[in-house]
Amino acid sequence: MSETYLPAGMPAPVPSADGLDLPYWEGTRRGELWVQKCAGCGNWQWGPEWLCHSCNSFDMTWRQVEGKGVIYSWERPWHPVHPALKERGAYTVVLVELPHAGNIRMLGNLLGADDQEVIIGSEVAAVFEDHPDAGIPYTLVQWELKT
Amino acid sequence: MSGRSIRGKVAIAGIGESTYYKHGQSPDAELVLLLQAILRAAEDAGIEPHEIDGFASYSNDRNDPSRIAAALGIPDLRFSNMHWGGGGGGVAAAVANGAAAVAEGYADCVVVFRALAQGQFRRFGQGAPDPTVSGDAAYMSPYGVMSPAQKYAMRATRFMHDYGVHRDVLKAIAMTSYRHAQNNPRAVMHGRPLDGETYDNSRWIVEPVNRLFDCCQENDGAAALILVSAERAKDLKQKPVYLLGAAQGSDHRCGAPVMNASNFRSSSFATVAPRLYETAGVTAADIDVLQSYENFTTGVMMAVVEHGFCAPEECNEFFTLENLAAPDGRMPLNTSGGNLAECYMHGLGLQLEAVRQIRGQSCNQVPEVKLAMNIAGPMVTPVSSLIMGSEETL
Repeated sequence: MSETYLPAGMPAPVPSADGLDLPYWEGTRRGELWVQKCAGCGNWQWGPEWLCHSCNSFDMTWRQVEGKGVIYSWERPWHPVHPALKERGAYTVVLVELPHAGNIRMLGNLLGADDQEVIIGSEVAAVFEDHPDAGIPYTLVQWELKT
Repeated sequence: MSGRSIRGKVAIAGIGESTYYKHGQSPDAELVLLLQAILRAAEDAGIEPHEIDGFASYSNDRNDPSRIAAALGIPDLRFSNMHWGGGGGGVAAAVANGAAAVAEGYADCVVVFRALAQGQFRRFGQGAPDPTVSGDAAYMSPYGVMSPAQKYAMRATRFMHDYGVHRDVLKAIAMTSYRHAQNNPRAVMHGRPLDGETYDNSRWIVEPVNRLFDCCQENDGAAALILVSAERAKDLKQKPVYLLGAAQGSDHRCGAPVMNASNFRSSSFATVAPRLYETAGVTAADIDVLQSYENFTTGVMMAVVEHGFCAPEECNEFFTLENLAAPDGRMPLNTSGGNLAECYMHGLGLQLEAVRQIRGQSCNQVPEVKLAMNIAGPMVTPVSSLIMGSEETL
């Protein structure tokens, strides 16, 4: 079994050139989950944006949050659309809601058996998956069911 | 109804399409397919190609109006318009934008077109080959979420979970398109009927919502329609089909990154559909036939719900082959075979089919069609939809 959930050769994430989401990617390298919160009105926001959609303040700050959440939706792609996935077989993706951060949603793979039953509403915990050999090393936030 | 409505001011006078092919099988270049479609639309309308003076399209169509105008020898190009974003969600908006130009006098004869030879360019169902990704894709592609089928399954999974929708709903939508295609010689799937067992045994593309037959085709082809003023249309060859109303857009933070749209379990029509009915001055109960863009059967389901044809809790009863099949179903749907079984002409083929229904020229003609609705690509942003009517609806 490989050390990563999906095979080598998948598209590698790089922080956007304008610096908008650098704190998120730097945080994941340390095993930390950082998201945006508006200093003006306290609104949690995801994905990264320059402006608070609620009060239109540019004063978006970054806060570390606990890596936990609830499965909001899920899917299991079978048909490979990328060369790196040709031999992988079906894999599971979950959309996770973070109730302790304004119900923002994050996407990741659900670690564990490829045919496991997925139940909307299940509690999950973040797992930090390192990719140290990438051109620009990065860490993905994955999820596993809470036991 | 608003006093600023487009209602009845503009008519669709001509329609045309190329031969439709499976991706990679067109012997002609994409631009040739498009020129064939435009010339056929002009012939259908009974106008000279030189009379065309405007173009409207969507989804960043590769074929620049200036090049088309040069090829056709158009002496006075007066209007060129590209609808921004949303892919196939823009097809009804492109018709609306062209119609607005005619209504306000920017142009007199506008072609709405789409040419898409996926076999000659990148196929929509494949992931991009980029080794690195940033922005929104950085939060999805590394997890294996790259194609439209993968990006939009999350919305449908949650919708079906919350409203207790059975997969038979999706099966009925797919089988309806395939049934209608068997009477349509233009359809790529003509002569290839789909039975329930074949549907049930088809492979998963994305579990738990998209089997193979729930997903649109990837094709090579082109389609075009011609808009003129209501007055002009009366003197042309075909029975005029009038634009009664159109609406475009999407609701709160629909395009928020990483699937953070406020109204997520949605086809993006929650605010658009009410505006469509208001501007057209009709209700869902008045519609005689419905063409609803199938990127995936799930999108049709949610879009039809959001246009008020049934409540989300009523999906299991409403979406049956019996209810959706022409000629006498409760709400005949995608009567050409649509994107699933006629051709994935990015939704423009469905617009042409609505015109045929009002003219009485469909291969699956519904009796006495006065009002036809067209819903563009669902779940994207922005989306759009429109209503066409016969002269007696004005």
